[in-house]
Amino acid sequence: MTMCSASTWEGNEMSLLQVEAINVCYGLSKVLHDVSLKIETGELVALVGRNGVGKSTTMRAIMGITPPASGKILWKGQPITRRPSHLNARAGLGYVPEERRIFGSLTVWENLDVARLPPREGLEPWTEDRVFALFPDLERFRNRPGGLLSGGQQQMLTIARTLMGNPELILLDEPSEGVAPLIVAQIGEKIRELRDAGVSIIMAEQNLDFVLNLSDRCYVLEKGVVVYHGTAAELRDNKDVQNRYLHI
Amino acid sequence: MFANPMILFIQVMNSLSLAMNLFIIAAGLTLIFGVLRIVNFAHGAFYMVGAYVALSILRVTGDSNLGFLLGVLGAGALMGAMAFVVERGLLSRLYDKEHMLQLLFTFALVLVIKDLVKMIWGSGQYSIGAPPFLRGAVNLGISPYPKYALFLCVMGPIIAVAIWFFMERTRWGRILRAAREDRVMLNALGTDVKLVYSGVFVTGAALAAMGGALAAPRSAVDPGMDSLVIIDAFIIVIIGGLGSLLGSFVGALILGFLTVMGSIYLKEWVIVASYVMMVVILLVRPWGLFGKADEERH
Repeated sequence: MTMCSASTWEGNEMSLLQVEAINVCYGLSKVLHDVSLKIETGELVALVGRNGVGKSTTMRAIMGITPPASGKILWKGQPITRRPSHLNARAGLGYVPEERRIFGSLTVWENLDVARLPPREGLEPWTEDRVFALFPDLERFRNRPGGLLSGGQQQMLTIARTLMGNPELILLDEPSEGVAPLIVAQIGEKIRELRDAGVSIIMAEQNLDFVLNLSDRCYVLEKGVVVYHGTAAELRDNKDVQNRYLHI
Repeated sequence: MFANPMILFIQVMNSLSLAMNLFIIAAGLTLIFGVLRIVNFAHGAFYMVGAYVALSILRVTGDSNLGFLLGVLGAGALMGAMAFVVERGLLSRLYDKEHMLQLLFTFALVLVIKDLVKMIWGSGQYSIGAPPFLRGAVNLGISPYPKYALFLCVMGPIIAVAIWFFMERTRWGRILRAAREDRVMLNALGTDVKLVYSGVFVTGAALAAMGGALAAPRSAVDPGMDSLVIIDAFIIVIIGGLGSLLGSFVGALILGFLTVMGSIYLKEWVIVASYVMMVVILLVRPWGLFGKADEERH
């Protein structure tokens, strides 16, 4: 191993996002224990694990919604731990929550409009037209209140809405949850298109097949701890980890 | 009474004029509640400050059209600036606390503002004249009618349409509506929701103060004028549905007509009429005429 100074090491190894040993508490109960992970530009990384193991909390901690009690989060090498979420959004992080959180009384177009942020250098800017091209269903309902859409359409809208902020990294929480199997396949297809368009993605999922088909690397969480980390191919072959932490 | 169309016409116009005067105040109250979920007891006090500020500005400028305009705008600007300080410095610390603390805070604000007003302007009664171009009466065909009361009748709908346009047709309005539904999500999409909250509180306070300045020529300016309007404003937003602009507009019309017509037909019973009406409406629709049953999300 070569010796080098800290600064050049960071310069060479700087990830898009680095999470270093974060701990998150809700009141008195600790839900994340020293969780560390990282993602490089262009990667699709999955957080897998059963319900309630801390996947969503990890996402919320990164986004600044549920700030960690300790640990560090670095965005392109800069600390963003406990930074308010609107600043993280403006810096290029996009958050797609599990509960979708569509603005129900706003129309589809209005939901997109309120999420609009300036274009980001080096990325083709997202406009309504580009978002509608990715999700043609949404264009048909552009004047319908978001609350009246079906579950699958709402899932598309919540992703589309986040895209309007021109994110470099999307935190995608349980995109396959609560939607029909046919729609799950469609959403998987959209996620692949996004990755091909150069967006980095961290995806939390319980649906293992979905994860193994889409992701480059996987972190397995169990009771707030990262218990396994490997490429999707490695996880596919590791029946032991699957049986212990992922099968119900 | 009905036999005399002229008297009836004048009473209808008086009802409209009072209704629009009340609507301007209720609009700010419902705007603040709709977005911040805070019941602002101090709204009447803001209204009162507006009237006093206009009074002081008019003393400097002298009695003129321009002076009146400056008085109204100055009242809004000064109250808005004060509201910004209050919101950033104090109220914003209470958003995540229980509602009782917020109620206590806005009530404390009423007491502080009332005493400040007495310290600065004394406890005497003042009056502001209508601006010169709105003095006297105009003939409306059936009967002559005071120009200033007519002016208030016109201002109400103009302000209503302006707020409606802002809320429904501008991006800022869309952001306010989104903040009303889910402020955490809106924040995660890149909007500084704290700033939105400040803006709404400041706008609501400025509306109240301009309402007070506009109302001054048709009522007395004294340290009790806030108590009169705040009760009416609350009745309006409650029967209309908390947070609903249309509800406030309709509620103001109902209360305006009930107060003016009631004082003729119901005599001394008019005092309880507005409360009876509120009880009846809430029995039928507990969330108000235009409120939403599932408005509470937090």
